[in-house]
Amino acid sequence: MKINLFIPCLVDQFAPQVGVATVKILKKLGCVIEYPFEQTCCGQPAFNTGYRNDAKILAERFINLFSESEYIVAPSGSCVSMVKVFYDELDLSREARNKLEHIKINIFELSEFIVNVLKITDVGASFKGRVTYHESCHLLTELQISKQPKELIKNVKGVDYIEMIESARCCGFGGTFSFKFPELSTTITEDKVMNIINSGAEYVIANDTGCLMNIETVLKQKRSKIKTLHIAELLAAGM
Amino acid sequence: MKNISQKYFRENIQRSLLDEKLRSNVKNATAITLSKRKSIIEDIGEWELLRENASRIRKNTIENLDYYLKLFENTCHRNGVQVFHAANGEEACVTVKEILRKTSAKLVVKSKSMVTEEINLNEEMEKNGIEVIETDLGEYIVQLAGETPSHITAPALHKSREEIGRLFSEKLGLPYSSDPTVLTGYARNILREKFLNADAGISGANFLIAETGTIVLVENEGNARLCTTLPKIHIIITGIEKVVPSVDETLLLLKLLPTSATGQKITSYISFINKHKHSNDIDGPEKIFVILLDNGRRKLLKNPETNSALYCIKCGACMNICPVYQTVGGHAYNSVYPGPIGSILTPTMSSFCNGKDLAFGSSLCGACTEICPVKINIHHTLLWIRNQAVEQSYTPIIEKLLFRIWRSIMQNIFLYNLSSKIMHFLQPLMLHDGLSIPETQASKNIPKLADKSFHKIWKSELSK
Repeated sequence: MKINLFIPCLVDQFAPQVGVATVKILKKLGCVIEYPFEQTCCGQPAFNTGYRNDAKILAERFINLFSESEYIVAPSGSCVSMVKVFYDELDLSREARNKLEHIKINIFELSEFIVNVLKITDVGASFKGRVTYHESCHLLTELQISKQPKELIKNVKGVDYIEMIESARCCGFGGTFSFKFPELSTTITEDKVMNIINSGAEYVIANDTGCLMNIETVLKQKRSKIKTLHIAELLAAGM
Repeated sequence: MKNISQKYFRENIQRSLLDEKLRSNVKNATAITLSKRKSIIEDIGEWELLRENASRIRKNTIENLDYYLKLFENTCHRNGVQVFHAANGEEACVTVKEILRKTSAKLVVKSKSMVTEEINLNEEMEKNGIEVIETDLGEYIVQLAGETPSHITAPALHKSREEIGRLFSEKLGLPYSSDPTVLTGYARNILREKFLNADAGISGANFLIAETGTIVLVENEGNARLCTTLPKIHIIITGIEKVVPSVDETLLLLKLLPTSATGQKITSYISFINKHKHSNDIDGPEKIFVILLDNGRRKLLKNPETNSALYCIKCGACMNICPVYQTVGGHAYNSVYPGPIGSILTPTMSSFCNGKDLAFGSSLCGACTEICPVKINIHHTLLWIRNQAVEQSYTPIIEKLLFRIWRSIMQNIFLYNLSSKIMHFLQPLMLHDGLSIPETQASKNIPKLADKSFHKIWKSELSK
């Protein structure tokens, strides 16, 4: 199976180990991976802040780069939902719109791809520790992905899975929201972090680097020993 | 129009964030409602289907609003109910004053109505020497405190019972208690006398049934029923979007409204009001008047990007579930309709310039859209409003410029990699105390850039 890897700019610049883990998992599961090297950002920050013109230009660029893909896989619910759901709200050229229809069918978030396309629920990873899972908003509300990551996590050998309360409540990040209303954003994150701490987990897992970086900042402020881990890193453990 | 510019909105948020008590009151109250809602939905079992149908009903009604309004008006006339139209709050208040003047009414009892908040009815009436008493317990509390509702179905949700106890003892001179039964008893004693002496009753409406000319009121305290049956006159002030084609469709919406609003399968009272009393009836008003208010609704209706906000049945569930609302409460929005739906209604129905910033006060998590019983795509609409704010040049020039530069960098892999290099060089110099954010006291910790980007790792290791 041939895959074009879509690595969000946040992962590229701040958490490349997530990309490395994604490659490791997909290779092990028998996929052939291409990385369209010209890729940068899907345009989401501009779109979310209201700058649709800037977002449109980056969207058309993304569409051109990925239009020939058999499958597109990304370790992010947020960026996949940008392409799959929000690109439709942009004033794209007719040509880009036609190509987008093809992309929308073939783009998958990592856990969705493993479970729904590859039909695998146990990737053969092993990891020792108590983990809890944060449901990232875009992954859940735009893509309706919830069962897949949980199933994959529970099937990792050695994992002790604990559900935190309000696991589907927003972590407060919201992209530029966290810069426009920093104190409000942090207060919402503090609620999330309390729920993580109270769960008794040693690791908090999520499918989006944005959420994890945001949660990590407050965990550190609270001097908590709990570590954040992207689902790709967990699933690549022990491989 | 109240000032709700970004600076002001931010200041309100800051004030709310410092109020720990407020936050725990709001969080507790919304959590209780949400958990009751959840268990009812599990009982009902076919919730998604109901939402789907309700959304279709609302869409059809809003798309054919004039037809159904005309039908409603005709059936009202047949029932002997007089219907007025008001383009704005001023016109609505003038009509009310006129009705009250003709009947020499001096004391008005009112049941909960957000539309009357929208048009500042109480203030306008008091200016004319008419006493208006709120009879919904939450509204009564808010009126005593000289505040506005902080939630559309639970107006005093921001107050704890201790705070209400102190308010009652201070304003009414009654012995302090924090026992809800005692406090409700206090209010009941005072309000009963008002009910018996009132010259007119004013209510809103939850639904207006077009085929029968029926006004539907949903409540738990029985106060709306008293407002609409004891006084000689009953005036209904309501938004034009409240119309529903038929009884059957209303019954379907009635399955969703209490569940979403208060986590109840059905409320204690649902009144269906068709006409004034017959000559041999013991009670009931002698005359009923309906005022259909536009106040920006038609403006909203004309815009296909936002007009689904008119589907809203004012349940308040989007407020209960919203992490921002839960954290700052309704008053921070300083808008009649707070929370996610308020952040659409305020800029689109009244002044865009004044209300647009509310749309930025959302993490866009989409919990509002997921919970909405009539499936309004709330967070997508907020995104559209953000875009309008940019298009109409309401956002800072510096922000526009930064996005322009950022986009140019992102368009070119060479510039992208180059700026990554520059950031690596600059990062230790500028970011160790976090990035301070203009117009706030906050600084944001910017995570450290990785030593090697994925691009580099791919090129050097993975591609081989």
